[in-house]
Amino acid sequence: MKITGAQAMVKCLEEEGISLLFGYPGVAICPFYDSLYGTGINNVLVRTEQNAGHAANGYARVTGKPAVCVVTSGPGATNLITALATAYMDSIPLIAISGQVPSDQLGSDVFQEVDITGSAEPFTKYSYLVKDAKDIPRIFKEAFHIANTGRPGPVLIDVPMDIQNQMIDFEYPKEVNIRGYKPNVKGHVMQIKKVVKAIENAKQPVICVGGGIFSSKSEEKLREFCEKLSIPVISTMMGIGALPTEHPLYFGMLGSSGKSYANKALNESDLLIIIGARVADRAVTNPKLVEKDTVTVHIDIDPAEIGKIMGTSIPIVGDAGNVLDQILQNEIKCDNREWVSTLNIWREQMTNMKEDRDGYVNPAKFISKLSEKLDEDVIYVADVGQNQLWSANNHIVRKGRFFTTGGMGTMGYSIPAAMGAKAAAPDRQVVAVCGDGSFQMSFMELATIIQFGIKIKIIIMRNTYLGLVREYQHNKMEDRFMAVSLEGSPDFGILASAYGIPFIRVKDMNEMDQSVEKFIGEKGSCIMELNIYPFEVSQ
Amino acid sequence: MRRIFSVLVENKSGVLSRTAGLFSRRGFNIESLVVGETEDSSISRMTIVSSGDERTMEQVEKQLNKQIDVIKVQTLDTECSIRRELILIKVNSQGNNRGEILDICTILQAKIVDMSQSALTIEFSGKPEKIDLLIKMITPYGIVELARTGMVALNKGI
Repeated sequence: MKITGAQAMVKCLEEEGISLLFGYPGVAICPFYDSLYGTGINNVLVRTEQNAGHAANGYARVTGKPAVCVVTSGPGATNLITALATAYMDSIPLIAISGQVPSDQLGSDVFQEVDITGSAEPFTKYSYLVKDAKDIPRIFKEAFHIANTGRPGPVLIDVPMDIQNQMIDFEYPKEVNIRGYKPNVKGHVMQIKKVVKAIENAKQPVICVGGGIFSSKSEEKLREFCEKLSIPVISTMMGIGALPTEHPLYFGMLGSSGKSYANKALNESDLLIIIGARVADRAVTNPKLVEKDTVTVHIDIDPAEIGKIMGTSIPIVGDAGNVLDQILQNEIKCDNREWVSTLNIWREQMTNMKEDRDGYVNPAKFISKLSEKLDEDVIYVADVGQNQLWSANNHIVRKGRFFTTGGMGTMGYSIPAAMGAKAAAPDRQVVAVCGDGSFQMSFMELATIIQFGIKIKIIIMRNTYLGLVREYQHNKMEDRFMAVSLEGSPDFGILASAYGIPFIRVKDMNEMDQSVEKFIGEKGSCIMELNIYPFEVSQ
Repeated sequence: MRRIFSVLVENKSGVLSRTAGLFSRRGFNIESLVVGETEDSSISRMTIVSSGDERTMEQVEKQLNKQIDVIKVQTLDTECSIRRELILIKVNSQGNNRGEILDICTILQAKIVDMSQSALTIEFSGKPEKIDLLIKMITPYGIVELARTGMVALNKGI
C-alpha cells in the first residue's frame, strides 16, 4: 500500500520510538502535521522556533537519545539556526525537520524560501535536502544514526512540500551503511599501554572531564576510574556533574570563570587526562603553557578535537567509557594520596564565600543553599550570564544533572531546555535559572508550559542589568556602561499572574529559607525572583 | 608547508560546498581544488592543494575525515606521486614572433591548438613547476587569456 512522504516521515519517527515533537507549523510543513493527526505522536507548540530546538536539546540530554524539533520553511527554519548551533557546539543529538517550498520552485526565491541546508551547514553534523520521497526511510534511519553515534550532534532534514505529498511504498531499513562514517569507539591498544605507564609515572595527575562523559553515558565508569586510581577530577562547564560535585575527588570547574583551585590543580599537574572535552578557550586559557609542562592524554571520540588547540602527548580516539574500561583492565600501581591532600589544602585556602549584602540576595550562597534543598536527582538548567557562573560554581550535583549551553552561551536557553527536560522526565524536579535579561529572551514559553502542563520551576536573578556584560565594561571599559541597563523590564510578579503562575519575590537573605520552602513545595510551575545587587560580580 | 590531499567523496550534490565551506570557515588555504568522477560513478575524487603550518595541515586532514561524505583521505607526497595540471594560454602573436613562441612550445613539449591572425592558443599538461615555467616564458609576448585546471595527482606504483 502506498503512503505519502509525510506519512512515511511519521512512520519513521514511530520506528525510532519518538512520541513527542517540539515544533511550530507553517504551510510548507502542513502535510507532515496533517499526517500526525490521530497518531500517538504529540507536538508541543513552542512560541518561537528557536525554543523548539532548545526544548529538544533538553529532552535529548535527559533521554540520551535524539529528540526531534520541527519547523516550517523560510523564517521558521532560520529561527531554528541558533538552536542548531547551540546543540552542535555542545554535541547534543537532535533531529531537525524543516518544511521546504515545492521542489520545482527551489532556487526561485518564492514565498518563505530559504536555503536552510546551506545556511545551517556549519552548525549541523549533517543535513539532507530530500529530493525523492523514496529516500525518506533511508534518510531518517541514517539521520538518527548519525545524530547519536560518534560525536553526537544535530542533523537537519529539509523536506519540500511536494515530496511530503509524493506517494511511496514504505519500508524502514534495518541497518545503516554509510561508507564514509564509521566512528572509532575503541581506544588503540598501544596508546592504552602508554597511558598506563604515564599514570604510574605521574606524581600529580589530574583528570579533566567534559560533556563527552554524558554522551558516552559513562558517569559510573569515571567514578570507578578516579576512585580506583585516586586521581582528582576537575571539569569543564559541560562536564559539571559527571562526578557528583561533593565527591571527595572532585575539585570544581576550571577556567577563567571557574574555581581557582581547579586551575591550580591543572597548572601544577604533571599528567593531565582530558576526557571528552575540547580544551576550549573558556576552560584552558593558556594551552601552550600546559602542553609545555605537562604530559597530556586526550581521550575523545572526535579525532579532530585532539591536538586542535593543545599539543597532546598521548592521543586516544575512542568512546570515553570504552577507553576508561580498557585502561582499568590493566594493573596500575599508583599512589596519589599526598597529591590529593595537597589539593584539599588548596581548596580550603582558596574557598571564600562572599559576605551577604544588606537588602539583597547573595547569589552564590543562595544557589548553594537552594541546591541542598532540591531533590537529589533534580535537573538544573542554567542560562547564560552571571547566573550561569554562580550556578556552575555553586550548584551541588548529586544524582541529578546540570544543563547549560557551554559552547555557544545562548541566552534564553534555560526555560525552553528545562521545558524539554521536564517533558522527558515528568517525575523529576526541573529548575531553570536565568537572569532578568535571559528570562526576557524566552518568557513567551510560559504560555507553552501552561498549555501543556509542563511543570518547571523558574528562578530569575534580577539585577536590572545585563550583568556579565556590565561586569566586563566595568573591568575593561572603565565603567562606561553602554546598552546594559534593563530598565523598562516589567514587574515579573504581574507577568507571572497574567499566566496564572505562582510568584515569589525574595528581597534579601532573611527571606531565603521560607521562600525556598514555598518554591519547592509548589506543585505546579512557580517563578521565584531574587533581588540581586545591580553591581554584583560573578567571582 | 604545502600538502596535496587526495580525497574520495560521495558523488552527490552538496559535497563540494561542504568541503569548500570547511576550508573557508576554518581559515584553511586552498591553492587548488579539483573534483571529478572516478571509475566508480558513485565516488568522486577531490584533489586539494593546501598550505599552512603542520598543525593546520593535520587539522585539514582530520576535518576532511570527519565529513560524513568523505570516504577516504590520502596525503600525497610530492616525491612519491604523479602530479599533473592542464593549462590553456592564449598569447598575442602578430606573425613576427610566431617562430619564437613555437620554439618555446617545442622545447617544453606544449601544443598549439588554435590560431588566429593575432593570437595563438597553447595547450600543455605537466607538473605544476613546468606549467609555471611555460607561463614565465610566454608572458613577455603578452598573454591574452589563461585557464588552468588545478592539480590532479595519484600515488606512484601500486
